[in-house]
Amino acid sequence: MTGQPSETINQTLGDPRLQLAIYSATNRLMTHRAAAVRADLLPDYQELRTEANQLKKHTIDHLDYYLELFEKNVVAHGGKVVYCSDSQEVADFVLSLAKERQAHLIVKSKSMTTEEIHFNERLEKHQLEVVETDLGEYILQLAHQRPYHIVAPALHLTRYDVAEIFSKNLGVEKEVVIEKQTAIARATLREKFLHADIGVTGANFLVADSGAVVVVENEGNARLTTSAPKIHITVAGIEKLIPRAQDLGVFLTLLGRSATGQPLTVYTSFLSGPRKSDEIDGPDEFYVVLLDNGRSKLLADAEKRQSLYCIRCGACLNHCPVYRKIGGHNYPWVYSGPIGAIITPQFHGVLKDPWLPFASSLCGACAEVCPVKIEIPKLLLKLRAEVTDAQRRQGRGGVERLAFRMWAWVMTRPKIYLMLARIGGFFAPVLPKVGPLGKWASQREVPKLAKTSFHEWWRERK
Amino acid sequence: MKKRVSLFVTCIVDQVFPQVGIAMTQVLERLGFQVEFPPAQTCCGQPAFNSGYPDEAGTVARHFLNTFGESEYIVVPSGSCTSMLSHHYTEIFASDERMLALARGTSPRVWEFSQFLIEVVGVEDVGARFDGVVTYHDSCHALRELHIKDGPRKLLAKVQGLTLREMEAAEECCGFGGTFSVKFPEVSGGMARTKIDSILKTEAGTVVSIDSSCLMQIQGVIDRARLPIRTMHLAEVLAGR
Amino acid sequence: MVEGAQVSSREVVLQNVRRALGRAAGLVPTALAAPRLRIPIMDRNRYGTLFGQNFEKLGGKSFFVREPGEVVPALAELLQGKRVVASNAPFLTTCGISALPQVQSGFTDREALRAACATADVGISSAHYALAETGTLVLLASPEEPRLVSLLPPVHIAVFPRSRMLANLDELLAVLPNPAEQTSSMVLITGPSRTADIEQILVRGVHGPGEIYAVIVE
Repeated sequence: MTGQPSETINQTLGDPRLQLAIYSATNRLMTHRAAAVRADLLPDYQELRTEANQLKKHTIDHLDYYLELFEKNVVAHGGKVVYCSDSQEVADFVLSLAKERQAHLIVKSKSMTTEEIHFNERLEKHQLEVVETDLGEYILQLAHQRPYHIVAPALHLTRYDVAEIFSKNLGVEKEVVIEKQTAIARATLREKFLHADIGVTGANFLVADSGAVVVVENEGNARLTTSAPKIHITVAGIEKLIPRAQDLGVFLTLLGRSATGQPLTVYTSFLSGPRKSDEIDGPDEFYVVLLDNGRSKLLADAEKRQSLYCIRCGACLNHCPVYRKIGGHNYPWVYSGPIGAIITPQFHGVLKDPWLPFASSLCGACAEVCPVKIEIPKLLLKLRAEVTDAQRRQGRGGVERLAFRMWAWVMTRPKIYLMLARIGGFFAPVLPKVGPLGKWASQREVPKLAKTSFHEWWRERK
Repeated sequence: MKKRVSLFVTCIVDQVFPQVGIAMTQVLERLGFQVEFPPAQTCCGQPAFNSGYPDEAGTVARHFLNTFGESEYIVVPSGSCTSMLSHHYTEIFASDERMLALARGTSPRVWEFSQFLIEVVGVEDVGARFDGVVTYHDSCHALRELHIKDGPRKLLAKVQGLTLREMEAAEECCGFGGTFSVKFPEVSGGMARTKIDSILKTEAGTVVSIDSSCLMQIQGVIDRARLPIRTMHLAEVLAGR
Repeated sequence: MVEGAQVSSREVVLQNVRRALGRAAGLVPTALAAPRLRIPIMDRNRYGTLFGQNFEKLGGKSFFVREPGEVVPALAELLQGKRVVASNAPFLTTCGISALPQVQSGFTDREALRAACATADVGISSAHYALAETGTLVLLASPEEPRLVSLLPPVHIAVFPRSRMLANLDELLAVLPNPAEQTSSMVLITGPSRTADIEQILVRGVHGPGEIYAVIVE
């Protein structure tokens, strides 16, 4: 299809080591999730999904109200809220704050939102050192790569890759024992934590009634990022709001289980402002950047707006047979897998990567495991129709459209359908592009048309 | 008086796998139904709908609804087409009140074949015989949109001489996905090969499903690899004596 | 200049959101159903056992002692020859931990605390709550309970009375409907620090403590 990165997709498909890495990682995550949502362990699982969906729907449908409520409560606890329309405004804010506070070193915990806006690259241009501290993200930063997966960012790299990356960038001996690699990262990053001026995190949830930022993680790097430096900045999309702290019961129960099969991740931090005056440690300044960056555009469509319910658990990636084949880097944006396939066209316009909504067999495994019940296949279908419509308005995609017009014309005229079918024309309209039979045959044998169709059998039988 | 059922055999069964429609007819007649076949039928419209052409799909859907307007039971040898008829027509006609009413009226009368046997007829043992080990492939739309999981297995369990051996990845997509199979042939083919790896581990000689399109994909890859496995629609197994 | 830009971006973002949703400014949403908290009905005496099981499943180790005086003997081996920092929690003083010779405690200065935590082998805190269902420790930051004690040293020990045991997360949220009113930072700790970022192999102690212990005083 137009624009699809066929070459790199085929490279991924033809790389047995990479295929093994993807399959073993996603299999493991799927197994863990399945064990964690088993009916005997979590009898309310389906109810929780419905509640999460309704809570998100309510919040997103009244987002302006919850943004202002959140802001009010952040301010009440001594923090500051900074609204940003786009990535440039985020960079401008952080740069001017860093300048005022004479800050040079920023430590960061894992955040898809900052990946989305190329936060590090923007700040590094201005002589700020920005260090990723999640182990996977740190490896990727050293290797100049983007995350392969929403929750397991370096799942495509082996210990041997990591040995190369560490030795090249950190000047250490090549070390292939994973425990020792982890210790190298711990030691290197510990120094960064202790000297950092600013800590930057994303947010898993923004709690409106508390003005709190909730961050979940397993390593402790987000805790360090929010505890050691004197300034903590959260960068979060405006869709991260949830109404009340008490709603966390629903969301945290679903998030850890859906992502990695953990009932709760190792650390769940509920952060609601700078340290109180008598506290010994913790940040002196607390900022929450509320980023739009195109999200408000998505709200306009009452059906597609559910894309913003996503809590980034990654379950749809793990269960997607297409993601499991093509991996994360063949998707055009940092958000990969089924959720990437529905949000990327909405952020960038459907004509930028028109192939993306079509890169799905519509098997529905994603929707089945989505903890907030986003109707991904339905939205893919909607986006497909938007692609063909946008192409029509640009005077493109005419051959396929004409083929389907003709096909529909034939399918509403039974006599012509039967006649054409007999002369073998059946497949041509269904597989409209030039050479679809060839594409079919590239992978599998072509089925033969039956000598007698069911129509004919029925007629002769009478 | 005999109860009447109308067959919608689907375009793929009509043209490529008529034996599936014939088998379905035999099973239903043995169960005492008067089987009818509205001859104006063609396709449900799904190829266009899934390819981003809802208007063209709507044209074909309208033809379907006009053709099957009167039928009390519409029985279909495909989970995917059944789901199109019972779930997606209402989306296509969301802003056309007259057609929406027609689609809503038709939706509860549409039954996937195994679902019809289990839920309407209330039968599990249709008196079939099949010698061999089979494994069952859950087709995606039947499983996730129609929630068909146990029904086909119950029917298979009652077939004399048949051993059902579950594959590990029974619920994983075969990779067909309609035009996906030709728009992304390598990915689609890769998915089918992963599915077949799972089938091979069962050492079953036959793969059974309730969707001929999945079976076309699976059989196509099996034939390319020249593997000694065949595919059969559930109706064919149930028609066996 | 920055201040001015912020004000206008605020209005731009909120206006864009309202326009997309078709809402006027200041509209209050329809009432939301009360949160449904799922608190199991369970014999409170079972919480300890359940906590211990779940805590150990995660790789932690739990000790149950009958009275505060038994805490120090229970930890003697663990603390032998180690550099230890303890939080300022009164319960640790009650248990006699703060008075041990190898224990540094009573910090009031940020830099001194940070230096001590960065070089300590063991950090001891007193959890405010513990969640039985998930084996979770709950710490609320305060002058008595600074953050770095449970974070920088490679070993973390939490000492707390059994009365602080709750059933699960939802019971915690029932007890603390708005944690922000109590603390600037609440952290739930469920197991030792871990990662599986390289080849999905589980490694403990990547940034936070790789070993955690809970001492529950009856």
